[in-house]
Amino acid sequence: MVKHAGPDPTPPDPSALLEVRHLVKHFPVTRGVLFRRAVGQVRAVDGVSFTLAAGETLGVVGESGCGKSTLAQVLMLLEPPTAGTAYFEGRSMFEMRGGALRALRRDMQIVLQDPYTSLNPRMTVGDIVGEPFEIHPEVAPKGSRAAKVRDLLDVVGLNPEHINRYPHQFSGGQRQRVGIARALALRPKVIVCDEPVSALDVSIQAQVMNLLRELQSEFGLAYVFIAHDLSVVRHLSDRVAVMYLGKIVEIGTEDEIYRHPTHPYTQALLSAVPVADPALRGQRDVIRLTGDVPSPIDPPSGCRFRTRCWKAQDLCAQREPELVDRGGHLSACHFAEQRSVVP
Amino acid sequence: MTALLEVEDLHVEFRTRDGIARVLNGVGYHVDVGETVAVLGESGSGKSVTAQAVMGILDTPPAFVTRGSVRFHGEELLTASAERRRAVRGAGVAMIFQDALSALNPVFTVGFQIEEQLRTRRGMSRSEARARAIELLDLVRIPHARQRVREYPHQFSGGMRQRAMIAMSLALDPEVLIADEPTTALDVTVQAQIMDLLAEIQRERHMGLVLITHDLGVVAEVADRIVVMYAGRIVEQADALSLFRSPGHPYTEALMKSLPRLDAKGTVLDTIKGLPPSLLRIPPGCPFHPRCPRARDVCAVDVPAPVSLGLGRISACHFAEEVLHG
Repeated sequence: MVKHAGPDPTPPDPSALLEVRHLVKHFPVTRGVLFRRAVGQVRAVDGVSFTLAAGETLGVVGESGCGKSTLAQVLMLLEPPTAGTAYFEGRSMFEMRGGALRALRRDMQIVLQDPYTSLNPRMTVGDIVGEPFEIHPEVAPKGSRAAKVRDLLDVVGLNPEHINRYPHQFSGGQRQRVGIARALALRPKVIVCDEPVSALDVSIQAQVMNLLRELQSEFGLAYVFIAHDLSVVRHLSDRVAVMYLGKIVEIGTEDEIYRHPTHPYTQALLSAVPVADPALRGQRDVIRLTGDVPSPIDPPSGCRFRTRCWKAQDLCAQREPELVDRGGHLSACHFAEQRSVVP
Repeated sequence: MTALLEVEDLHVEFRTRDGIARVLNGVGYHVDVGETVAVLGESGSGKSVTAQAVMGILDTPPAFVTRGSVRFHGEELLTASAERRRAVRGAGVAMIFQDALSALNPVFTVGFQIEEQLRTRRGMSRSEARARAIELLDLVRIPHARQRVREYPHQFSGGMRQRAMIAMSLALDPEVLIADEPTTALDVTVQAQIMDLLAEIQRERHMGLVLITHDLGVVAEVADRIVVMYAGRIVEQADALSLFRSPGHPYTEALMKSLPRLDAKGTVLDTIKGLPPSLLRIPPGCPFHPRCPRARDVCAVDVPAPVSLGLGRISACHFAEEVLHG
């Protein structure tokens, strides 16, 4: 199933902690009950490349169906990739077996969106946060585990006395802290955060965002921070990748993407975010897209955004624009041009 | 002058196995013709329950309206007959919900669900109702309305479903539309489309719009007046510009400071310590005092009465003037 195009000729980037090259994940669409046959492919992730340095935060933004969560699943080896390679500290992740794979799983952890369904309701928070030690006993020998778990709860701002409580006894924000403590248990180098604050109320969201930031500087963590809220992503990210229908359409530093976006989709996305300042009403550069995101089963030819793009021309239907440097950072538009839409 | 829709001193409690949850504790606001009032609050603040009480769609039990008044054109609705309430619902005050997929019936076509009210309430024939349904779908900019009217909700995308629900709510030409988190489940580019559509329809029809939301950004873009709720009370009311420029209640102030901004990269966000109170055990005094950075002794004892700050602004804080002037 996994196609590797032989040994990749270019060696992995030595400065990157994580490097992803041309990552593809297609899901088959099947018909029939007894004789299931594939009638198509959902191109959830369709050729994604990026690097992540140690201690850095890469924000990944996009609307539902753009493939950002599938990307997280593949990076965590929860789904096998259809094609492409990824290097962790210079070694090919998808070919790892045995001890190397075990070590990799320790180094990469995930925090999920919904703190109500991602914690087992029948386990105490002590068991939940301590479970990683069962699988990796080398990190914490049996006798020291309870103390370690208490430390972890303390680090994420929970009362260590509550080690024997169950998830339902905590609020949404506290449960998300439990999820973060579990992710921290094995002292990972990368944490993939898949919409970690989107289920939380505004006043609680700020607490969790501050916590993520503190933990990053304390433990030197790198984050792949996936979210649909562009304000949240800007707040936490060093670099930002914008995804549309399985592809990265623009990637650059937080400042480049928010202040000098060159891809029409990024510009439309940023201009659609309501800004909490009534004085700016009617004074902003507003771009309104028509229609919905097309189906990833049958994406448009050429540039996938062309069906909703006001700049689209014949060229856009014929040739897919490459993600290359167009004015300071990478952008996948034939007609890339800076336009500031954020006040 | 009587307002189009007026809610006054509304108290609602939920009688649960664990005790009585005091969900609304004296809520009052009004909407005038052509006005957009945003009701802002976090989960559990009572913003949706207020709307459900206005519509008369609270489940009793567990919910009981224990005190208060809801008036439409000055007519009391809470004590009105079931028949009269039904007449006002839809034609006087209509409502759209957050989750269009569960608000629409999956086994009937979208067209049928719009036509049903036209036939039962307006006495239209099948063909008249069909024609009107197509007009309404056109109005909310659903492409190919003539074909779409025969489709089922699952054949619509999220944004299209929300449009269909707006079409349905407009069928009986309501004077007030209550929109309960109409765009929360939608992507940001689709959210912008729906908010533009709502604003346009409201302008054209001079409807009163009650927009229930937790999103400060959405509020800032469309509201004329803002009502901020916390633990079943209104803590502040003001016009949009003044509220954002100088909040008059510590909760509003703290909420704004805790928001990450699109137009600046921040460092550490200000947070509101602790959690909203359980409605089964609302603290004595001001319900916000355990989390309030400005709290003093009096706050734990006396419930602050709403005070007027001029220009129609109201704040329920013992130190409202102080908050207002920084």
